[in-house]
Amino acid sequence: MAPAPGPRPRIAVHKFSSCDGCQLAFLDLGEDLIRLYELVDIVHFAEAGPVDPEAEVDIAFVEGSVSSADEAERIQRVRANARVLVTIGACATSGGIQALRNLHDGEQWLADVYPSPEFVDSLACSTGIAENVAVDYELWGCPVNGRQVLAAVRALLWGVPPVEEADKVCMECKRDGNVCVLVSLGQPCLGPVTRTGCGALCPAFGRDCYGCYGPAENPNPDALGRRFEGLGLLREDVARRFRFIHSNRAPMGEAGARWADDGDGP
Amino acid sequence: MSDDRRVDINVPVLARVEGEGALRVTAEDGRITDLQLRIYEPPRLFERFLVGRAWHEVPDAVARICGICPVAYQMSAVQALEQAFGVDPGDWVRAMRRVFYCGEWIQSHALHIHLLAAPDFFGYAGALDMAADYPDEVRRGMRLQALGNELMALFGARAVHPVGARVGGFHRAPLATAVAELRGRLEAALPEAEALVRWCAAIGLPEAAQDFPSVALRGADYPMNAGRIAATTGLDLDKADWDSRFAEEQSPHSTAFHARLDGAPYLVGPLARLNVNADRLPAETAALLAESGLALPSANPFHSMLARALEIHLALTEAVRLLADYAAPDRPFAEVTPRAGTGFGATEAPRGVLWHRYETDERGLLTASRIVPPTAQNQARIEDDLRQALEGRGLDAPDDELRRLGEQVIRNYDPCISCATHFLDLTVERR
Repeated sequence: MAPAPGPRPRIAVHKFSSCDGCQLAFLDLGEDLIRLYELVDIVHFAEAGPVDPEAEVDIAFVEGSVSSADEAERIQRVRANARVLVTIGACATSGGIQALRNLHDGEQWLADVYPSPEFVDSLACSTGIAENVAVDYELWGCPVNGRQVLAAVRALLWGVPPVEEADKVCMECKRDGNVCVLVSLGQPCLGPVTRTGCGALCPAFGRDCYGCYGPAENPNPDALGRRFEGLGLLREDVARRFRFIHSNRAPMGEAGARWADDGDGP
Repeated sequence: MSDDRRVDINVPVLARVEGEGALRVTAEDGRITDLQLRIYEPPRLFERFLVGRAWHEVPDAVARICGICPVAYQMSAVQALEQAFGVDPGDWVRAMRRVFYCGEWIQSHALHIHLLAAPDFFGYAGALDMAADYPDEVRRGMRLQALGNELMALFGARAVHPVGARVGGFHRAPLATAVAELRGRLEAALPEAEALVRWCAAIGLPEAAQDFPSVALRGADYPMNAGRIAATTGLDLDKADWDSRFAEEQSPHSTAFHARLDGAPYLVGPLARLNVNADRLPAETAALLAESGLALPSANPFHSMLARALEIHLALTEAVRLLADYAAPDRPFAEVTPRAGTGFGATEAPRGVLWHRYETDERGLLTASRIVPPTAQNQARIEDDLRQALEGRGLDAPDDELRRLGEQVIRNYDPCISCATHFLDLTVERR
């Protein structure tokens, strides 16, 4: 299908605090990456080559969380230069696994790791992009996959919002005919509160989902947490289940706090 | 050019570590008086938040350190925890972990050669520009990269942050039909890997003869998941004795620690592995090495790209060999009973030795964790290389040439900041 008429859209891929894994959703596209390069102007995507971080663009994809003073300032410029800002992955949407430090004394943690923390630019908290600037669309997942980013690009090029998948992993398991690891194996699977999009990979591999795609629509973590206790998990074990990849985002964070010693308890 | 000019080269490394990394060079009288490769990737404090987590959460957590080499972090972690708990995963798991690791080497090396390094040698800004003039070579690289990803997904469901690894083995054994199908395509790709090696061997490289120790694991096979820590200096060390010879220090100009062997910089990664383990290559890869004319041990760091190509061939060869006569076991993991203990993990990440140390309590919760990644180990070596390369070129060279050479030297190590060094905003202050 031909691209929409008009000037070639300009795209940027920015990196903040992250593992680079979501950029691989583009870099692993192979032939589709070459085709994408023909359809749009990729003006900034350091890992693929083009570098122009201050360029004005139609779509800015942002990977990573804001975890340093420099990043807190830089995301403002990315927002100002982007017509549409799309976050890709757990770090950008919720602060990521590194947001676990938000639950503790982040400055002390820095000092525990670095003998001279004063040389390191690091904020006490790691936050998602939406906690810093307005975000137009969020692509969930740790990591996001190529199907998600290509679908988003295609939708945005045609001027429509990307379809948001907010179903629970459970729905995908049922469609795929996976054996339920919670019911049949007694594993503390987070599938009932986690959004799909991954392909229900963990249950398909006979193991419990650990929530890397973030919260689903209408989740009920309290009921699930009580079920986990029924499986024999200690309260602190239940808390750690909710406080992992998306500890800084509702309702995972709140559920974790309720089961942790510092919470009121459901 | 006058001999007494003072040169102050300030190279902020933009992009991935925008404004947070830099190469700063100060020179007087044609000699570099100070050189700092600054890495300011914001710290994510993994070693700290792992404390208090349960043993079975660790493989999924440490994968998030690096999206390009998550398998390496998982493999060093499970090895350390199995030692702490006294678990023997058995021969099937050991063999399949090697295949899993082969997938990551193929993927990571193909990504680096084609998307990051090769454009330097052919004068392109990036691989996508290069693809217009070298469509076959770039597409061949992308096919190998995809094949590596598929091999990782065979054991882990996906290539980035795979979900199949666990302490004791794998959550699920691949189906024999899937193994047979993929093995056929791995075998069919061997000629492409051979062509890649020949292509890399034919690329004209800058000359360099530098004095550095190469550090790599060494065991019965070309090292991935096993071996003692060895070096071209004759070092032979158990992974548990790491601290007796290696030390990490924080320098004011970097968030990556600098590791030193007996106080001196050293090299880890593909070329270091080849320098230490050339006699461990399978016959087919050894024949390609001989044909390439590469003499080992090599003192030219730019041979790293050819080393990566040879390792892609080795990884394909090993995966094809290990997946022959594949049969899924009844249970793809050894039972794990946590206990209080200490364990060490040392495996060969695509970028070099990756060392972990964990302590656990009787419930299997982590009470201490330390991780030494390859890029921290190479950082002092990269600075040495830059010093020699820039002085060797002559500091009176044009700015652009010094900038390009600096970029090329840094990127050659495939550091985790390699994407950052695609752009060095060079300013030279001459007084």
